[in-house]
Amino acid sequence: MSKLYDPQLLIHDWEKLSKLIEPELEEAKRRLPKRIYDELVEKLQKVASEYGLTPDEAKEIVKQVIDEYEISLVEPGEPVGTVAAQSIGEPGTQMTLRTFHFAGVREFNVTLGLPRFIELVDAKKEPSTPMMTVYLDEEHRYDLEKAKQVARAIEYTRVENVAKEVYIDMATLSIVVVLDPVMLEDKGVTVEQVKRVLERLKLGPVRKEDDYTLVIELQVKEGYINIMELNKLKERVLNAKIKGIKKIKRVIVQSRRLPDGREEYYLLTDGSALKEVLEVKGVDPRRTITNNIREIEQVLGIEAARYALITEMKKVLDEQGLDVDIRHLILVADIMTQTGRVRQIGRHGVSGEKPSVLARAAFEMTVQNLFDAAARGEVDKLLGVTENVIIGGIVPVGTGMTEIYMRPQVEPVRREER
Amino acid sequence: MARQKKQQFNVLEHELVPEHRVLSPEEAARVLRELGVEPWQLPWISYNDPVVRAIGAQPGDIIEIKRKSFTAGEIKVYRVVVAYSRK
Repeated sequence: MSKLYDPQLLIHDWEKLSKLIEPELEEAKRRLPKRIYDELVEKLQKVASEYGLTPDEAKEIVKQVIDEYEISLVEPGEPVGTVAAQSIGEPGTQMTLRTFHFAGVREFNVTLGLPRFIELVDAKKEPSTPMMTVYLDEEHRYDLEKAKQVARAIEYTRVENVAKEVYIDMATLSIVVVLDPVMLEDKGVTVEQVKRVLERLKLGPVRKEDDYTLVIELQVKEGYINIMELNKLKERVLNAKIKGIKKIKRVIVQSRRLPDGREEYYLLTDGSALKEVLEVKGVDPRRTITNNIREIEQVLGIEAARYALITEMKKVLDEQGLDVDIRHLILVADIMTQTGRVRQIGRHGVSGEKPSVLARAAFEMTVQNLFDAAARGEVDKLLGVTENVIIGGIVPVGTGMTEIYMRPQVEPVRREER
Repeated sequence: MARQKKQQFNVLEHELVPEHRVLSPEEAARVLRELGVEPWQLPWISYNDPVVRAIGAQPGDIIEIKRKSFTAGEIKVYRVVVAYSRK
């Protein structure tokens, strides 16, 4: 560096310096990823303003950053998949087998640890504990009461949830619904609303006996009472929906402190129905997410599913205190979403759709795979790793990737030599 | 179909959804030449993916996606629209 350094040429002004090294910066912008380029510029700026840089020094720094970046790239033939598998598998052995996590005042558990991770790579239709994080819009975000309003609007509420008791009065042939004022208050339901719901069931006229008692007078065919049927009717009354979204079993309001010091309220739900919740008034549809990857795929598309997969996997590992490089997880998510839908890593997905017969047979269901392949007359071109391990060939990994191509030069045969 | 309520929320606005853009045939040809691949060798995206429907891409189109990358800041990737269902 001593050659480059010349106190006479030190420049403190970034504007001026960047003009002088513009071709180098252009080159760096083309060859470096955005984040590294931004960091390089930021650091150059800082150093230039603090200590000053000569144009030659700056050029050398840029050049070395590019070199260093390109050296660190993965080389052709590197078995990245195997490395990723090992890097996730080893810390995986340290994960707790069954973990539950409690959040909030009321108990609210979420599957974490190994079971959750398996769920993710298996691309399960529905996670064992579906959950949503619902963010609220500007209007409802900073007010607890308004947040509760939205929570009540999405929580699935049935008559059973607000009734103290429901019984059949055999003497008058009616179903008596005694409502619980505390629960009504909690769920934000009025007696009138319940009455309307009961009327919609079309079981008979609904009469309000006192403040919290509703009586449905059943219309029974003359002289004929079936106890079984009466019980069925009672079930229908209990299960009648008052409001909410079917899959959302419970909603709790949470809060967190924003960087600007304000308190933001958001909702956690037990159960998941992304499509419906996004349309609810008061919800911020741009940030609301679920932990059900399949649902994200259906509603927001494959790219969103890929992103959610990575963050969910990272969350599980972080929660367990395991430090796995995110690039391994990115690779897994990329392979899982490669065909435009979320495939599991396993028999019915990535491993089961490999083109090579031997690779599939080596994974699971060896005999069946070989039979099926024979019946279909499949040919194995022995291009992959597994096949070559089986037959003892050269595995196409690292230096094994190279092949020799020969173009034999045929000497033209001259007439005289015949 | 008649029963389906018209969805009001635009999926493109969700923070999980990166920017998708359909490439013109010239751009697509250039991208394929640069990467040295055939269209089918790109990752696929289904024609009935919600985002594809929202931007109105057709099977065979190549879509440029500006992903937020965890390691590189921002990265452009390409997917080819295929005519097979997600399920």
